[in-house]
Amino acid sequence: MKSRRLLPFLPALTLLAMLGPVIAGLYGTVMPAFGHLPAAGLTGPSLDPFREILAWQGLPRAMWLSISVGFISTLLAFTIVALVVAGWSGTRVFRVLEGALSPLLSVPHAAAAFGLAFLIAPSGWIARIISPTLTGWDRPLDLLIVQDPWGVSMMAGLVIKEIPFLLLITLAALGQIDTRRSHAISQALGYGRLTGWLKTVFPLVYMQIRLPVYVVLAYAMSVVDVAVILGPNTPPTLSVQIVKLMSDPDLTMRLQAAAAALVQLALVVFALVVWRVGEIGVAWFGMRWVARGKRGKFDPIVGKFALFAGATSAIAIALGLAVLCVWSFAGFWGFPDALPEQLTLRNWMRHSSGINQALCETAMIAVVVTLVALLLTIGCLEVEHRHGLRVSTRGMWLLYLPLLVPQTAFLPGLQTLLLNIGADVGRLPVMFAHLVFVLPYVFLSLSDPFRAWDKRNSTVAAALGASPDRVLWRVRLPMLLRPILTAGAVGIAVSVGQYLPTLLIGGGRVETLTTEAVALASGGDRRAIGVFGLMQTAAALVPFAIALFVPAIVWRNRRGLKNG
Amino acid sequence: MDNGLELRDVRITKDGAPLLEVSRAVSSGEVLTIMGPSGVGKSTLLAFVTGTLSSSFEVTGGVFLNGEDITDAPPHQRRVGILFQDDLLFPHLSVGQNLAFGLQAGGSAASRRDRVVAALSEVGLEGYADRDPATLSGGQKARVALMRMLLSEPCALLLDEPFSRLDAALRAQVRDLVFARARARSLPVLMVTHDKEDASAAGGEIVTLTPI
Amino acid sequence: MKYLGILAALCVPIASYAEPNPADWDAVREGATGQTVYWNAWGGSTTTNDFLAWVGKRVAEDYGVTLEHVKLTDTADAVTRVLSEKQAGEDDDGAIDMIWINGSNFAAMKDADLLFGPYAEQLPNWAIVDSAGKSVQTDFTVPIEGYESPWAMAQVVFVHDTADMPERVGSMEALLEWAQANPGRFSYPQPPDFLGTTFLKQVLVDILPDPLVLAAPATDENYEEVTAPLWAYLEELTPNLWREGKAYPATGTAMFPLIADGELDLSISFSPGAASTAIANFELPDTVRTFVLDQGTIGNASFVAIPYNSGSKEGAMVVANFLMSPEAQARAQDPAILGYGTVLDMAAISAEERAMFDGLDLGIATLTPAELGTVLAEPHPSWAVRLADDWASRYGVAQ
Repeated sequence: MKSRRLLPFLPALTLLAMLGPVIAGLYGTVMPAFGHLPAAGLTGPSLDPFREILAWQGLPRAMWLSISVGFISTLLAFTIVALVVAGWSGTRVFRVLEGALSPLLSVPHAAAAFGLAFLIAPSGWIARIISPTLTGWDRPLDLLIVQDPWGVSMMAGLVIKEIPFLLLITLAALGQIDTRRSHAISQALGYGRLTGWLKTVFPLVYMQIRLPVYVVLAYAMSVVDVAVILGPNTPPTLSVQIVKLMSDPDLTMRLQAAAAALVQLALVVFALVVWRVGEIGVAWFGMRWVARGKRGKFDPIVGKFALFAGATSAIAIALGLAVLCVWSFAGFWGFPDALPEQLTLRNWMRHSSGINQALCETAMIAVVVTLVALLLTIGCLEVEHRHGLRVSTRGMWLLYLPLLVPQTAFLPGLQTLLLNIGADVGRLPVMFAHLVFVLPYVFLSLSDPFRAWDKRNSTVAAALGASPDRVLWRVRLPMLLRPILTAGAVGIAVSVGQYLPTLLIGGGRVETLTTEAVALASGGDRRAIGVFGLMQTAAALVPFAIALFVPAIVWRNRRGLKNG
Repeated sequence: MDNGLELRDVRITKDGAPLLEVSRAVSSGEVLTIMGPSGVGKSTLLAFVTGTLSSSFEVTGGVFLNGEDITDAPPHQRRVGILFQDDLLFPHLSVGQNLAFGLQAGGSAASRRDRVVAALSEVGLEGYADRDPATLSGGQKARVALMRMLLSEPCALLLDEPFSRLDAALRAQVRDLVFARARARSLPVLMVTHDKEDASAAGGEIVTLTPI
Repeated sequence: MKYLGILAALCVPIASYAEPNPADWDAVREGATGQTVYWNAWGGSTTTNDFLAWVGKRVAEDYGVTLEHVKLTDTADAVTRVLSEKQAGEDDDGAIDMIWINGSNFAAMKDADLLFGPYAEQLPNWAIVDSAGKSVQTDFTVPIEGYESPWAMAQVVFVHDTADMPERVGSMEALLEWAQANPGRFSYPQPPDFLGTTFLKQVLVDILPDPLVLAAPATDENYEEVTAPLWAYLEELTPNLWREGKAYPATGTAMFPLIADGELDLSISFSPGAASTAIANFELPDTVRTFVLDQGTIGNASFVAIPYNSGSKEGAMVVANFLMSPEAQARAQDPAILGYGTVLDMAAISAEERAMFDGLDLGIATLTPAELGTVLAEPHPSWAVRLADDWASRYGVAQ
């Protein structure tokens, strides 16, 4: 009975949990950006913070980095995914690639970035394996690969992480539209596999994945942990600079940080507008391209190149994790040895207590936040079901909003606000901050299977005398066990990977595997980084394994749920 | 009418456009068959009777069961059973658990188990209680679905194209079983179908809906 | 009126809440029992993290104090936090109970009245600190006046891999010549990293004919002129740095893997024993040695300070006192653990305690106290601040 009273409020509560912190955070950013920070004895309005941030010599480069890294990495990842799906979907090769990329989706960004750095650095694994036999190098080349000023390695790190995400999003979209027939028809008309797909299916798919693509763009422009690990330092990206300003002992630097945060927000809005205009441009050229009727004679080459790029990204992440693993067990490992002189458990033993603490903290936050997110999501979807509502396009925008607003734009403001009300200490505020990012992903992950559930089941159950609550608990949720666990695994992976919300809102007191791993980046202890990076990855991956195996065990005698 | 199911001056419209109009009654033990081409609103009418009609439809008129107005009653309190063309056995429950799900609450565990066992033997499925429903044949599933519905002690029975998934030999067999059980319990039956054979086998009044 | 009464009742306990008296050690120990001390300290090095964890274990055993190490990437973060708490009116139980601090961060906090004290000279173990011989009364020329207590001595040493660079260099001029002859083999952490800024000061102290000018605060008038030789030096050095100065290691320890891989032959460290410790942890090859310059190198002490709004001041004082105990000091000096210099006066401790120090094997790469030579004083912190800012605008943004 309690749930019936609570249920109608869940959608409002969900919106509040998701958007409240974003809006409050933006408010907390705008005020100091215009010189208003009563806590520091400053009252606005004033344009000085903007004047000061504009006077920073690094600003043009930092802004340019944000834009170039965002656009290039998103465009690359998106193009590769589109071409791979266009050229290979439905083939056996494609299923292999899909199978390889899916688990990589949940590898945290920080771990993937560390792995890539340990691979491609002049003293990285690749150079070690081919030296000195192939290269003659007995010392690493003095080459600026990792943390290069153009952000190339940072783009690479983002591309390999975004490819699995975009691929799975695209596949989900493909499942919702009838693509096979139009594709078959275009091939029957003599179009190449790839060209035919791009001309007939792609426009429909893109409509479905537009918002996730925007999320990738906004994320790449403002990411902090990947930028700290792979990005340049002279100057750093704008978002890293914001975090640096936030931690300056001089409180007035927070005004500059707030102003820079608004610059970052404006950059992202600008980039999204440019991308939208680009979409229109591409659509216009696309129509002319379709009308010209070229059948696609370069399809095989383009398709192979895309497949190579997609496979490379999967291999890069996997090899990166492998080299993290080797470092975590490494004794002395000089260049150019391909493997350490000796393997040892000492690194793991040295860090065991630190890992235990960080793992407990990480797990507690992730599990609580994910349970709350699941509760709210199931509540919303159940309200939608019982009252026959549908989520509109505008509703989808609300869902994506917390993912589109750059973290560096609202988290600093949120921290200042929390500080003012004295609620800035400890785990609970961090959990609320995580919920902002976990909720949309849990919702997006669960809503399709939840809505796809055959509603006649609920009619039958009701006709058998089961109340709506009984239908939910005894029929719907058990039948949806696998998607619910999968959504839970997604939520945990998202929470485990959160760096900035944990760092800023936790005020340094809340130490998760991710904050510990990124903090180690500055110390350069590759063995410690290996240990923490692997643990971070495991914390994100194990829940997916559980989501896979628990239903298989619980429903081992229920063939009807094999694919459910 | 005090005995049976009555659709009194039912008129369903969607977005202002009229969809169907019907006003009929079925007495206990009788079958009313509704026929008509697809899209005419046959399933919509059943959804109205079960109380699961989407709010995008507007309805005037009412449903009466044994003289009681159930138009605004929540679906689970109407005591109207329904069978679809799919068996819709809950895949996470065993055959026996599916049947027990339909049982009204109350009674000792032993008596509930006895009723499940009795229901299974009534349709020739002794010893099937622990089976996974997915391992049953089409005809067996249909029989379990029927008994699950009957165990919930409904006061009326709705059939939504109930036999169209079954092959010809099985079809007559299951159909006879359903009608026989309904008659034995004196249930008013409302069936929608586009199959003439089903309609004539039902033996009751046939209403053909036409697009308005 | 009713509310006023409640308000007054609420205020009384706060108003009568007394600051602990450091001189009354028994009361301090009693108050400390059961307290949790959040020690904000740089967390980038696993060896220091391990040492802090050991301290936590020991103070829990002896005093019932729970020590939590809050790992920072930059000590300035902690200063910010205390400052913001003061602005927000959080005066009684702030998030931070103790900070590993020195130099400009100490000067900033002392200036802004953010520190509890004076307490340091009332701690029982202050009696055995070598307060005359070690620079524990001033921190970067700023008088300490009991607002922070020392726990380790640090001195600049240069770390070189003798497999690639057999000979030491005796001056910064010689270092420049060596770098020009061996481009790409030397680097220093990126200022405002503590060690990076120290490198700039070390250059300045070594190449200035009269470094005494650095003891007084930098002024707008003399800054340009005094530092001009430094920038001229860096103009020549930078193209010969690792990655041609387009990127810098983030911290001192981040240079260890670069030496291990043979990317660097030479780097700088602020801890004379760190190289030996890193060899023991496989982070450096065993061909690494350390050296100091002919004229000596900059040295200073590491301190802990207690924020004015700590809710566990007694617990923090107990930890600060434990850090100055012979047991903790000998452990910190053990190169297998930490390799930090001690702040204690060897003459003031007992023979058994001295034996703990004498028994230490300092490690193959660690210089003896005699070899470490002259310790040069830190310049006034105003120089470091200006140098770091100036460096950032010259080299911290790519041209």
